[in-house]
Amino acid sequence: MKRDLICIVCPMGCRCSIEEDTSAPKGYKVTGITCKRGEDYAIKEVTEPTRMLTSTVRIEGARLPRLPVRTSGAIPKERIGECMALINQLQVRHPVAMGQVLLKNLFDTNVNLIASRSL
Amino acid sequence: MNTYEIIVVGGGPAGLAAAIEAHKSGAKNILILERDRELGGILQQCIHNGFGLHIFKEELTGPEYAERFIREMDALGIEYRLDTMVLEVRNDRTVDIISSKHGFETLQAKAIVLAMGCRERTRGAINIPGTRPAGVYSAGAAQRFVNMEGLMVGKRVVVLGSGDIGLIMARRMTLEGAKVLAVAEILPYSGGLTRNIVQCLYDYDIPLYLSHTITSIEGRDRVEGVTIAQVDTKRQPIPGTEIHYDCDTLLLSVGLIPENELSKTAGIQLDPVTGGPVVNECMETSVPGIFACGNVVQVHDLVDWVTEESRKAGRNAARLVLGQITEGEPDLRTRANHGVRYVVPHTIRIENIEKEIDLMMRVTDPFKNKYLVVKHGEDVVKKVRKAHLTPGEMESMKIPVEKLRGLTGELTVCLEEVAHEA
Ligand SMILES: Cc1cc2nc3c(=O)[nH]c(=O)nc-3n(C[C@H](O)[C@H](O)[C@H](O)COP(=O)(O)OP(=O)(O)OC[C@H]3O[C@@H](n4cnc5c(N)ncnc54)[C@H](O)[C@@H]3O)c2cc1C
Ligand code: SF4
Repeated sequence: MKRDLICIVCPMGCRCSIEEDTSAPKGYKVTGITCKRGEDYAIKEVTEPTRMLTSTVRIEGARLPRLPVRTSGAIPKERIGECMALINQLQVRHPVAMGQVLLKNLFDTNVNLIASRSL
Repeated sequence: MNTYEIIVVGGGPAGLAAAIEAHKSGAKNILILERDRELGGILQQCIHNGFGLHIFKEELTGPEYAERFIREMDALGIEYRLDTMVLEVRNDRTVDIISSKHGFETLQAKAIVLAMGCRERTRGAINIPGTRPAGVYSAGAAQRFVNMEGLMVGKRVVVLGSGDIGLIMARRMTLEGAKVLAVAEILPYSGGLTRNIVQCLYDYDIPLYLSHTITSIEGRDRVEGVTIAQVDTKRQPIPGTEIHYDCDTLLLSVGLIPENELSKTAGIQLDPVTGGPVVNECMETSVPGIFACGNVVQVHDLVDWVTEESRKAGRNAARLVLGQITEGEPDLRTRANHGVRYVVPHTIRIENIEKEIDLMMRVTDPFKNKYLVVKHGEDVVKKVRKAHLTPGEMESMKIPVEKLRGLTGELTVCLEEVAHEA
């Protein structure tokens, strides 16, 4: 089955199509992309879609009430709701450095929740 | 009077990049003036990822992008002042500032870089009928409340305008537990980046209504509902197409305008299309020694282009201070034609181009498969085939200086048909 996708890896936003093709090295034929990352994205989007998640957590003792956070890599798309629940329970204390790990190994994905600024 | 080689107005990504590049290019006595409580500009509230792919080859969030530049600025020992508002910039390169710490002061510079960014269009500018209850926010104001102050602005939300900030906020509000009922866009296409439409709306099943606008806002003290309707080609609501939503919040993402109050008082010539200063190849405005970069010149969709443009302004401000710029009349003027809405820079003195010139432009409408062409009279200077063009995404073309040497008059940038291939 052919699926039309828009690659979101970079702002180019290439419009592409993907279909199963057993003769292709990765099992899929992707057309319309302009780089390798687009092919990887398209295959991933139909097999195991993932997303980066960004949000904020409460921080105590800092000059702002909220610390921006993000996942260090992409997490499975269907885990976003659960991940938000974890983030909403979290509270950290000043000082926090950019990149500091706040939650380790989310859902056994090897992805951490990290601070996205120093505060 | 305190004197500096270069004064930078605004400490967002544009101001930071300009100051850093000016320092690296040999100017040493630089001051950044920022009215906010911290550096980084609007990036500090843009907590989503997607910044820096071109410059850092990484997907950073806004605050991370800002922090990298703030660190670099600190490492170079560049001076800055926070909570300091610039009140006036004059064409003799003096600047009036006010802060609670130092009161009112006038500073003198050899060169000034304007990097005040942009502001959001507000509701007053777009005339929605109905009452004026609480619960109507600009998307950027909501972004600041939610991301920096930790305050939720509403539970059931309708967004007017499909600019990037509106799309980003639709997702953000959804993640924070609000129900985003719809995004209405008056144009037949979205002005936002495609990836934001995919990641912020499609991912969360938020409907996008193109060619729709808000026809009424209900509620006396607080928003209680809004009605949207389809519009015809003259942007007039079509009776019978109304959809009503019960909601407590309306977010407006109806565009950004360069912040040029200071430029006006300095007597700087503005381009009515971009809303920003007319600039030359050095990013210098019509007032000699006053440069401009970032969203104050043209509303950018990608911060990486802001950084690139600002590096150019900073470097040239330093070259001016060091006497490395040839002043005088421009050799070339640029003009937008067929399908192109504007071109920056507006004038070019070929002598001052170091290697190549980067022309930046936006198209008037979405197009598929066209040539983007730079012409001198009938001669083609550069021609690039584009599979996909949209007003929401800035285009740029680099032209090597050798291709321009000896030319005078006008450079036009336009779209041309791609001949059908047999
Ligand atoms: C609400 C909003 C959200 C945005 N979200 C995104 C996004 O998600 N992704 C994206 O790529 N782009 C986004 N943009 C565009 C973004 O503005 C640019 O990418 C980039 O931040 C522009 O940098 P800048 O330095 O030109 O402007 P800004 O970041 O706006 O910085 C300008 C700075 O100048 C200061 N200033 C202004 N006037 C004065 C004065 N008189 N005296 C002293 N200081 C002054 C301001 O306080 C501010 O810190 C957004 C813009 C807005 C308005
Ligand atoms: S295919 Fe490559 S260039 Fe195109 S959007 Fe994806 S990452 Fe960007």
